Amino acid sequence: MSRVSRRRALTLAGVGAAGLAGAAALTQVKDEPELTTAAAATDAVAFTGAHQAGIVTPAQDRLHFVAFDVVTKDRERLIKLLKDWTAAAARMTAGHDAGAIGAVNGIPEAPPDDTGEAIGLPPSGLTITIGFGPTLFRDASGKDRFGLAAHLPPALEPLPKFTGDTIDDTISGGDIAIQACANDPQVAVHAIRNLARIGMGAVSVRWSQLGFGRTSSTSTGQATPRNLFGFKDGTRNLKAEETDLLREHLWVQPGDGPDWLAGGSYLVTRKIRMLIETWDRSPLAEQEMIIGRTKGTGAPMGMTGEFDEVDFDSVGADGQPLLATTSHVRLAHPQSNNGARMLRRGYNFVDGSDGLGRLNAGLFFIAYQRDPRKAFIPVQRSLAANDEMNEYVRHVSTGIFACPPGVPTDGDFWGGALFA
Amino acid sequence: MRPSHILAFVTAGSLGMSLAACGGGDAVTDTAAAGGPIAVKATDTSCEVGKTQVDAGTSIFAITNGGQKVTEFYVYAAGDRVMAEVENIAPGLSRNLHVELPAGTYETACKPGMIGKGIRGQLTVSGSAAPLTDDAALLAATDSYSRYVKSQTAALEEKTTEFVKLVKAGDVAGAKTMYPIARTYWERIEPVAEIFGDLDPRIDGREEVTEEGLKFGGFHKIEQDLWQKNDISQSGPVADQLLTDVKEIVTKANAEKLSPLQLANGAKALLDEVAAGKITGEEDRYSHTDLWDFNANVDGSKAAIAALRPVLEERDAALVKTLDTEFANVDAALAKHRAGDGWKLHTDLSQADLKELSDAINALAEPISQVAAVVAKKA
Repeated sequence: MSRVSRRRALTLAGVGAAGLAGAAALTQVKDEPELTTAAAATDAVAFTGAHQAGIVTPAQDRLHFVAFDVVTKDRERLIKLLKDWTAAAARMTAGHDAGAIGAVNGIPEAPPDDTGEAIGLPPSGLTITIGFGPTLFRDASGKDRFGLAAHLPPALEPLPKFTGDTIDDTISGGDIAIQACANDPQVAVHAIRNLARIGMGAVSVRWSQLGFGRTSSTSTGQATPRNLFGFKDGTRNLKAEETDLLREHLWVQPGDGPDWLAGGSYLVTRKIRMLIETWDRSPLAEQEMIIGRTKGTGAPMGMTGEFDEVDFDSVGADGQPLLATTSHVRLAHPQSNNGARMLRRGYNFVDGSDGLGRLNAGLFFIAYQRDPRKAFIPVQRSLAANDEMNEYVRHVSTGIFACPPGVPTDGDFWGGALFA
Repeated sequence: MRPSHILAFVTAGSLGMSLAACGGGDAVTDTAAAGGPIAVKATDTSCEVGKTQVDAGTSIFAITNGGQKVTEFYVYAAGDRVMAEVENIAPGLSRNLHVELPAGTYETACKPGMIGKGIRGQLTVSGSAAPLTDDAALLAATDSYSRYVKSQTAALEEKTTEFVKLVKAGDVAGAKTMYPIARTYWERIEPVAEIFGDLDPRIDGREEVTEEGLKFGGFHKIEQDLWQKNDISQSGPVADQLLTDVKEIVTKANAEKLSPLQLANGAKALLDEVAAGKITGEEDRYSHTDLWDFNANVDGSKAAIAALRPVLEERDAALVKTLDTEFANVDAALAKHRAGDGWKLHTDLSQADLKELSDAINALAEPISQVAAVVAKKA
């Protein structure tokens, strides 16, 4: 019998060396994943580790994000699903089929345990990252759904309504979120599709989002990309190499809350529709004033280089600050927010058009942080109240999830400590 | 309607052939049970069965409907596997039902109004019966399902005849009432109907899938005339053709020998029908009676699984348990939308209602998709 698998297809394609490197990476269990070595875009990223991959992992080019409602009432079934998911995620991130049999090696009468669209594709830097929403712990009426209510982290509260929010509840929230990032969109979609298939009957897809063109760099080795406003985004992002800052601002520390979340992080998602057409009609000077950076180099207003320190104080000939008081950079800067930092990991999206001749486009904002009460929430409050950019954006979806620490060894599963 | 070739495809499978080869395993006795037919007095609220203990072999039930509602009578084995049934017993009418029962415990049921679990009673069949060999168990499954198909096709022809008569008489209200009832029997066995090429699209095709050169006809054309155009004065020829086509498919379906694998795939195909056409309201877009079809598809799926039940129990008891649970969940989710003897209109359901139904169908369809592999497995 001729057996075809993703791994075999890889070897056949002559990418054997990359596959070996991926396999070696799999066995690494370190406090911080190894990042400084420039991996090829097709390589595997280690699935196991102290933290989940897909957070400080150098941001890949593509995203498929999904939020699930848990439909089973059975705690054991939920645990089994998390175990099945963990095994499938470990396989797929290593470039294998989702199931042990594979897409085309099973008996003809049974549906395959992998959907097949990734046959022949390399691991492509796939990371799969899970988070638990507040509604997994208690439902809307306050009922403890799975005996988890005592483990609800105090910071895992639904985000408040911010001024100007136009949130659509049907594309917000969820009991469980999964972020799949890869350098090949087909690999990211394959991952989410197979996890949704495996979850059938236990979970139901609530909403999902495709993204392209990372809008942040999460490593000093990466160039700063541009968002759909055409500006560099994420210049001052937390970076994987800044381990002290990561400890202070990104990873939940022992004592912050329930033990199960130590080594994890809080994930905030916001789908931000950009009013592209009106933005494109605005003068360059206005665009730069609103952002607070030049459009070309990305230098802060009044400075010359992208990574120059932001100058809050200098004024121009008109006596006004060079960096406008309502500019995005000023309002979002740590100095304006008691030092608050986040690791942003967003993606551009274009969901076709809206029937009114406009692109349905924008930024799917993703940020990881140690405590949203000290990071995203105060920063967004300030932005919602004062940011000149609000004229050109609409926040249409919102989500908050607690991402558990990494899966340390084979045999453990996502959220194992939470369900212990 | 959805073109489906999986059933036709598996007909050629090795399983079908091995079954044909051992077709002699079916032990048939011609002897009617001693003491003559068992009288069943059915009313709208009761179901008196003359005997609750019979000998193994053939029993004859004589059902008389003394109620105001149309009723049905069933003999069920464990897990509501239909051993025999008679549909559509109008008030005042009597029907005889012949059923061959091996020793075991069964349930009888009258279903006034043709809905729900019915009014149940115990039936014990005593006597010796040799345990079925594995192949015989598979054969028994297809025989059991063939009985189901026969009962459904009989009712389909009868109700379509009534529907056509109402349409041709220009009785809009009567035809509207009969439309979802006649379709129920169609939707329960649709995967069988789909085996026969052009007939399925002719009977059940929707306007946008009508092939070039063919005229939009069948149930949905009349549905459009009834609900959208509010004019059935020109519908007569379409109605006549519908009845001709239904009669043809009834003859063909009754003659068709199905394989166990076809039952398994049919059970799944019916749920796919629900997921693809009924949840979305595409199927009955003028009448919005999609939930009738939804329920009928689930009934049909359940019947196919029930026929396979002894085989599945033997090979994968855990799967049977899961299927029972998920079928019950679907029934419970659907039951919220009952309206009288029928169902709410699709347009009366909220998005949240539809999501709940969709989740329940997905939760059932996943384990059902595993059944074919279990059936195919060599014992």
